[in-house]
Amino acid sequence: MIIARFLGPRVWILVGLILAAAVLVPLANLALPPGHPLHMPSYLVPLFGKYVTYALLALALDLVWGYVGILSLGHGAFFALGGYAMGMYLMRQIGSRGVYGNPILPDFMVFLNWKALPWYWSGFDAFWFAALMVMLVPGLLAFVFGFFAFRSRVTGVYLSIITQAMTYALLLAFFRNDMGFGGNNGLTDFKDILGFPIQAAATRAGLFSASCIALAIGVLLVGWITRSKLGKLMIAVRDAESRTRFIGWRPEDVKLFAFTVSAVMAGIAGALYVPQVGIINPSEFAPVNSIEVVVWAAVGGRGTLIGPILGALLVNYGKTVFTAIAPDSWLFVLGGLFVFVTLVLPRGIVGTIDHGWDAWRARRRSAAKEKGESGDGDGSILPHPAE
Amino acid sequence: MVEHDDMREPLGQDGIAPGASPDDVAAGPSSDPAKADTISSVVSPHPYAAEMRRRRLAAEAQGRARRETLLYLDGVTKSFDGFKAINNLSLVIERGEMRAIIGPNGAGKTTMMDIITGKTRPDRGAVYFNGAVDLTKHDEAAIASMGIGRKFQKPTVFESHTVEDNIRLSLAGPRSVVEALVHRKSTAERERIAEILATIRLTDKRRTFAANLSHGQKQWLEIGMLLAQDPELLLVDEPVAGMTDAETVETARLLREIAATRSVVVVEHDMSFVRELSVKVTCLHEGSVLSEGTLEAVSNDPKVIEVYLGR
Repeated sequence: MIIARFLGPRVWILVGLILAAAVLVPLANLALPPGHPLHMPSYLVPLFGKYVTYALLALALDLVWGYVGILSLGHGAFFALGGYAMGMYLMRQIGSRGVYGNPILPDFMVFLNWKALPWYWSGFDAFWFAALMVMLVPGLLAFVFGFFAFRSRVTGVYLSIITQAMTYALLLAFFRNDMGFGGNNGLTDFKDILGFPIQAAATRAGLFSASCIALAIGVLLVGWITRSKLGKLMIAVRDAESRTRFIGWRPEDVKLFAFTVSAVMAGIAGALYVPQVGIINPSEFAPVNSIEVVVWAAVGGRGTLIGPILGALLVNYGKTVFTAIAPDSWLFVLGGLFVFVTLVLPRGIVGTIDHGWDAWRARRRSAAKEKGESGDGDGSILPHPAE
Repeated sequence: MVEHDDMREPLGQDGIAPGASPDDVAAGPSSDPAKADTISSVVSPHPYAAEMRRRRLAAEAQGRARRETLLYLDGVTKSFDGFKAINNLSLVIERGEMRAIIGPNGAGKTTMMDIITGKTRPDRGAVYFNGAVDLTKHDEAAIASMGIGRKFQKPTVFESHTVEDNIRLSLAGPRSVVEALVHRKSTAERERIAEILATIRLTDKRRTFAANLSHGQKQWLEIGMLLAQDPELLLVDEPVAGMTDAETVETARLLREIAATRSVVVVEHDMSFVRELSVKVTCLHEGSVLSEGTLEAVSNDPKVIEVYLGR
């Protein structure tokens, strides 16, 4: 196992924890009787599942923002597109159980007096095709968008603004009824997924586990990419783009690769999100959603693997709590949190801990040297990362 | 003058030439002129044909002269919003040569480097590398891969990487994203890195993050990154700005060591440093060459004294 050696213990601990959650949460929900102190109520399973898909989205953003320095304010668009692809599959699974009982057309199409399924809906009755589209549609959009943006050397705040414009344009497009994606109401009223009833506790537990497995694979993928020479090159592009250009690299290729991989990950997160919340509508494209993702990554610590995951879980748990206590205050709390993190914890939670740990080790080592004890002997102040 | 027209001809013709190997070119025309003379003395051709022949031979000689250069700039002009940053600049760097370029602020030194490295396209003029490669048709990454390394005025290194990783990313080799993803470290790579670190005197700092280096060490690391690319030509922009005297002496030593095997162009303000290098000097002023020669000759040139040294 070359990769096993390559990734280092921290990544494996993280993957282990995620996989443990994938097993333990469904067990606590299904195997333990409701009176048991460790029993997990059924309403919490899809809620936690939703958090896990958010964590995957935050990890996807971290790959482009934390490692390549592209502040994308449009990652919600890739998430939503993946969600729509899954939603279309779930709509076709309803069959004749809809309100209008049409075996082919989803309810909203019957309501709009459409006579036949639009061409772009064909194929979505097959799960494999929908699963392919979940990755292909966001990936292709990111590739084309990134190809032109990075080739024209659009960087910094200008790139952030056009990603924001992209998601806003999609928001407006998906609001239109004649786009054929359910307009304002989006896609909902799902019945089953792969033949399992979507409301059943066992299906929800299965979706939770699937989300955890997807997150674990995402961690391994991002860990592998960022620890390779390409990962070092990504950080080099983030820190000194022109230097990479003048030693012969093409930063636009590096950015395009990261942006496309990231969009595919975001699409998968969206596809797992939709069956757990039971609806996808254009509000998922709202610019605010994409900005929230940035806050999660910033709070947890960008440029680390654990940070964005931790940030997504903490901030969303906070959101659940705060919107229950004082629904109107949430946006203020979110804004305040972002200001607080930017001013006080610019490295985020994990970044700050890491930095403090490294500084403490450096102090201890230099103290040891002054006492005349032999250190590691290579004269370095900081340990060699990821070797 | 007719001479001048001839000067321009080979540039246009050159599209045909790059296929020819340097040997062909060296061997072929050298025997040609002699033959041409004997024939003309016997047959005495039509004056027009003789003129055409003379032109062709002059063009070939010009092309040959260019092909033997490493860097060849001819009549390069670049203006920004009407301001001529580079004005009809012609400059030739021979293989293995080390050249210092001096000039007051705004003389066009940095723009010249931008043009050579593909960052800026000239409005007019020819820029050739290795005699045959038209640099105006390539971008930064392609030019860097051909073997032109550039050091910026402000030290630019990858601060969050170790010294060793900075060099590793710069090593000559494939530059594709996929290769970088599956790249494995090799012994040859390690040896090459050790060799470069020894040259730039940073062996004991190899595991230090570049951010923790001193200003002078960052400059050397950047020079090391250029060396890692294995370039034929190094363009070095003000390498000793902000350095201590001891660091300046060390940098001069390092550059002379590098110049033993490669061509180096140093842009510098610090005259004592240029003196230390003791190489041919070109003085730029308002985008063109004002004076060229030894430092003594250039600094005694009345034109140079007027615009630069005398101030």
